[in-house]
Amino acid sequence: MNPDIFVTIEHLRGKVSDISYVMLAAARELAKSTGGKVLAILLGHDAQNLAGNLYADQVLYADHATLADFNPEAYQKILVGIINEYKPRAVFFGHTTIGMDAVGGISAQLGLPLVSSVRSIGADSKLISQICGGKIMAECELPESTALITMVPGDYKPELGQSIQSPPVSSIPVQALDGLRITLKQYIEPETGDVDISKEPLLIAVGRGIQNQDNISLAEELAQEIGGVVCASRPVVDQGWLPSSRLVGKSGSTVKPKVYLAIGISGAPEHVEAITGSDVIIAINTDPAAPIFNIAKYGTTADLFDLVPALTDQIRNNKG
Amino acid sequence: MVMAEITHTPSFSETFLTNLYKVENGERFRTCLQCGSCSGVCPFGYLMDYPPGRMIAGLRADEFDLVMNTDTVWMCVSCYACAQICPSKIPITAALMTRTKEELVLAGNVPSELQNALENSQRYGNPLGESPRKRADWATGIQPQITILGRDRRPVDVLWFVGDYPSYHPRVQLVAKSLAKILNALGINFGILGPEENSDGDTQRLAGERGLFEMLAEKNGRIFSRYQFKKIITSDPHAYNALKNEYPALGISYPVQHYTQFLVEYFDQLKPMLTKEISAVVTYHDPCYLGRANGVFDEPRMLLEAIPGIKLVEMAHNHGSSLCCGGGGGGMWLDGFQWEKAHARLSEWRVHEAVATGANILAVACPYEPPRFEDAIKMIQPAGQVVVKDIIELLAEAIG
Amino acid sequence: MNIIVPVKLVPDLVEELSIDASGTNLDTAWLRLIINEFDDHAIEQSILLKERTGAHVTVLSTNVEGVDDLLFTAAAKGADRLIKFNGDFDSGVNNHALARAMANILKDLNPDLILTGVQANNDLDGSIGPLLAEYLGMPYVGYVSGVNVLGNIVSVRKEYPGGLIGEMEVTLPAVLGIQAAEQPPRYVAISKVRQMMKTINIDEQDLTGLDTLGGPIVKRLFQPEASGRAMMLSENAEEAARQMVAIFKELGTL
Repeated sequence: MNPDIFVTIEHLRGKVSDISYVMLAAARELAKSTGGKVLAILLGHDAQNLAGNLYADQVLYADHATLADFNPEAYQKILVGIINEYKPRAVFFGHTTIGMDAVGGISAQLGLPLVSSVRSIGADSKLISQICGGKIMAECELPESTALITMVPGDYKPELGQSIQSPPVSSIPVQALDGLRITLKQYIEPETGDVDISKEPLLIAVGRGIQNQDNISLAEELAQEIGGVVCASRPVVDQGWLPSSRLVGKSGSTVKPKVYLAIGISGAPEHVEAITGSDVIIAINTDPAAPIFNIAKYGTTADLFDLVPALTDQIRNNKG
Repeated sequence: MVMAEITHTPSFSETFLTNLYKVENGERFRTCLQCGSCSGVCPFGYLMDYPPGRMIAGLRADEFDLVMNTDTVWMCVSCYACAQICPSKIPITAALMTRTKEELVLAGNVPSELQNALENSQRYGNPLGESPRKRADWATGIQPQITILGRDRRPVDVLWFVGDYPSYHPRVQLVAKSLAKILNALGINFGILGPEENSDGDTQRLAGERGLFEMLAEKNGRIFSRYQFKKIITSDPHAYNALKNEYPALGISYPVQHYTQFLVEYFDQLKPMLTKEISAVVTYHDPCYLGRANGVFDEPRMLLEAIPGIKLVEMAHNHGSSLCCGGGGGGMWLDGFQWEKAHARLSEWRVHEAVATGANILAVACPYEPPRFEDAIKMIQPAGQVVVKDIIELLAEAIG
Repeated sequence: MNIIVPVKLVPDLVEELSIDASGTNLDTAWLRLIINEFDDHAIEQSILLKERTGAHVTVLSTNVEGVDDLLFTAAAKGADRLIKFNGDFDSGVNNHALARAMANILKDLNPDLILTGVQANNDLDGSIGPLLAEYLGMPYVGYVSGVNVLGNIVSVRKEYPGGLIGEMEVTLPAVLGIQAAEQPPRYVAISKVRQMMKTINIDEQDLTGLDTLGGPIVKRLFQPEASGRAMMLSENAEEAARQMVAIFKELGTL
C-alpha cells in the first residue's frame, strides 16, 4: 500500500495561499505515521514557479490553459486521474472555496472516505476536526486508503510548510479538458476601499455586538484617537454597515496586525482563522463563554457601550 | 333600458378602512375632525410622511397604499400620545398604527433589527435571543431561594411575571434582584416561572406581529394554568398592559398588578422598613404603558415619597403628558433605523427635561428605561451626574 | 424552471452543547435544532429566482423535530411544494448517506437547479451539495452569493478571499452551494405561517438504504480546552479602559 500523503496546492492569481503551507505541515505530521513521502499536487498554467518554496518531497505539476484559474470540474477530472494512478494513503484539500468545491465530487465519484474541517493530526494518525462553530472537536480514525481530508487553519503555522530548498517538480500529462460544464467568465474586484486592512498594524474590529450601523461611530472615534482602522466580521458587512473591503474572515481578508481589538465579536472559526496572525488580540464581549477569549491575549466582559467611549476618552486625555 | 350592475372590487385602502371600523371603538374613525392634534403631539410626527392625521385622510381618500409605500410608520413608538389627545377619542395607537404595522409585516417590509427581535421572540421566547434555559439565572444565589414553579411545584400567593429584560439584560437584572429583595423582606409568598416564562408579547403585538403575540400569549396561558396562585404582579408595564388588557380576550384572565400598585397595598408594612436615607432630588418618568395607557400615576409617586430624604420634582411633561422614552411599538429594536431618520432620540429629549428639573436621580418603573436613559445620559454633557434608578432599586437601597 | 432546495436542521449554537454518555454523539436532551443558516439563504435565493423567473420551488428536509415549522415557513415565503423525508435518522446519518438516498428521489423531480447551503455547522464528511451533484451527474459550484438564470445556464458569483468574486457560468441542471442570498432571508409573519399550516400539505417520502459509507468513524467528541485563555481585565468599563491604555503603552501603540 502506498504510504504517501498528497496535498492539493491552492493558488489564486499567482500566489500560493497560506492554507497550502498549513496542509504541507500537517501532511508532514501524517507522513511520519504512515512512513510515506509528502507530494504536492500543483495544477496551473505556466505556474511551475509556484512550487518554489513548497515543503514537499516532490511536486506533481499539471499544466493546461484551463487550469490558469480554479475550475471545480477540471480539478476533479485531473485529481481523479492522479488518485487512480498513484493511490496515495491520503490527499489533503483546503476547507476553502477551492478545496471544498473539488473534494466532494471526488469522494462520491471514487467512493473514497472524506473527513472535513480537520485542524490537526493527533497521535496514531488520528484526525481532529472542529464542528459546531468550534464548540465541539471530533476525533476520527484516519479512514482507509485513499482518505480525503479537508483542512482548516489554526494549528499549524504556514511557515512550517515552507522550504528554502525547491522540491523536485515532475510534469504529469493532462488529459483533454473539453466539454466542461463550468467556466470562469471573469473576476470582479472588491470595491476598492480606502484602506487595505491586511496591511494595517492596528485594527478595531466590530462584530454583531455593535447592534446597529449608528453605533459603529463609537469604533470610528476610538480608531481616530488611537490611530487605527475599523474593520468588521461578516454579520456587520452582510448588513451593509461597512463595505466588504473591511471584512475580516474566511471570505474577506486575513490580517496580521500588531494589535487586534475585537469588539462585540464572538469568535466564530470563519473569523478567527483570519486573525490568528495578529500579535496581540484584545477581546471585548459580555459573554464570558465567547470562543474569542480562547485566542485573545486579553479580554473583558465589560459592556462595549460603556468601555469603548471610556477608552476613547482616556486615550484623548492621555494625549493632552 | 336595463343597466348592468357595476361590480365593485374593494381596493386595499377600502378593505383596510372597513376592517378598521370593526375594531373596538373603530366607528370613531368616522368622526375624525382632521384637527391635526395627533400629528402635532406625536414625538416623531414631524418626520413621518404620513403622521396619524394624514393616514386617516389617506384612508378617506382611498389612497392608503401611498402610506404603505413609506417606511416612516416605523417611527411610531406606540406611546398613546395621539390617542390621548384626540378629541374624538379615536383609538389611533391600538387600531390604526398597529394595524398598519401588521400590514407592513405581512408584506415582509420589516427593518432588519426588528426582524431579529421578532425571530428571536419566536424561537427563544425573548427578543434578545438568549437561551430560555437561562431565563432564571439572574436569581441564582439569592437567599432565600426564589421559588421557580416548574421546579418547586407548590402553590404561591403571587406569581411574579418577571419579563424579558429583567431576566436577561445585565443592567435590568439589578432591578429584578431589588424586587426580589423587597418581596422577601415583606414575607410575600411568591414564585416565578423561570425557563417556562415567555415574552409577554405586547411590544411585538404593537410592532405588527399579531400572530407572534398570540403564540406567546397562548404559551404563557398554558403555563399559567398549570400552577396555583392568586394574582400576577410584574415589574414590566408592557407585560402589565398585555396581561390586563389583551390576554383576557384570548381566554387568559388573572388579576394583575404592576409592582407599584401591589407594594402600595403593603405600604404600612413597608414604610417603617425604609430606614436608610437617600438624600436626592428625584424626578419620576411616567412610563407610557403604566401612566398614559393604564392610568397608574399615584402609586409610584407614593412609594418614592415614602423614602426618607427624597425630594420629588416633576418634569415639564408629566403624568398623562409624559414624553415617551422611545422604546415602545418596536422602538426598542429600531434604534438604528430611527436614528438614521431622526438624528435625535426621544430618550435624550426626556433626559434634557430631567436635567432641567435639577434632579440627581431619574426614577423609572419600566425595564426598557434604565438602559435607554443611561445610554442617553452618556450622550448629553450636562446630564453627566444624573443617575437612573428604578423605584424598586431605591426602595431596596432604603431598606439597607 | 424547477428549483429544489434541500435543507437541514442543525444544532442551535445559542444553547450550550454537551456530549452524551457514549462520547461520540451530542447529547440530545437539551439540543435545540435550528435551520442551517446557509440553507435559509438557499431558500431565500430560490424565492428571489421564483419572483424573477416564475420558477417552481420545492423545499425538502428530513423528518426531525422542528421540520414542519421549517417547511411551513418556507411555504409562507413562497415555496410551492414541501417534502419531508421519513427514515431512521437516529442511528446517525451523514451527508454521504443523505445524498445517496436523496439522489434517486430528486432525479424523479426533474430539477433544473438545486440550491443548498454551502456548509452546515455539524458537517464532518464534507458538505452535501457536491456529493448530491456527483450522484446526480450534475456540475457543482459552491460559495455562491449571486445567481442569474440565463436560459439553460446560470451565471453565479463565487466568493474568493479578500472580497474577490469569480463570475462563473454553469450549464443546467446544476447544484449550487449557497454562501449568501442576494438579500438577507426575509421576515415572514407568524400569521402567514399558521395560514400555511391550514392550506398546504407536506408530502412525505421514505428515505431508505441510508448508508454512511464515505464518512469518518468518530472515536470521540470533546470540548476544546480553553487553552491559553485570555487574561481577563476588569468588568468595570472605566477600570478596563485604564488597563487597556496601560497595555497599549506597553505595546508601543500609544
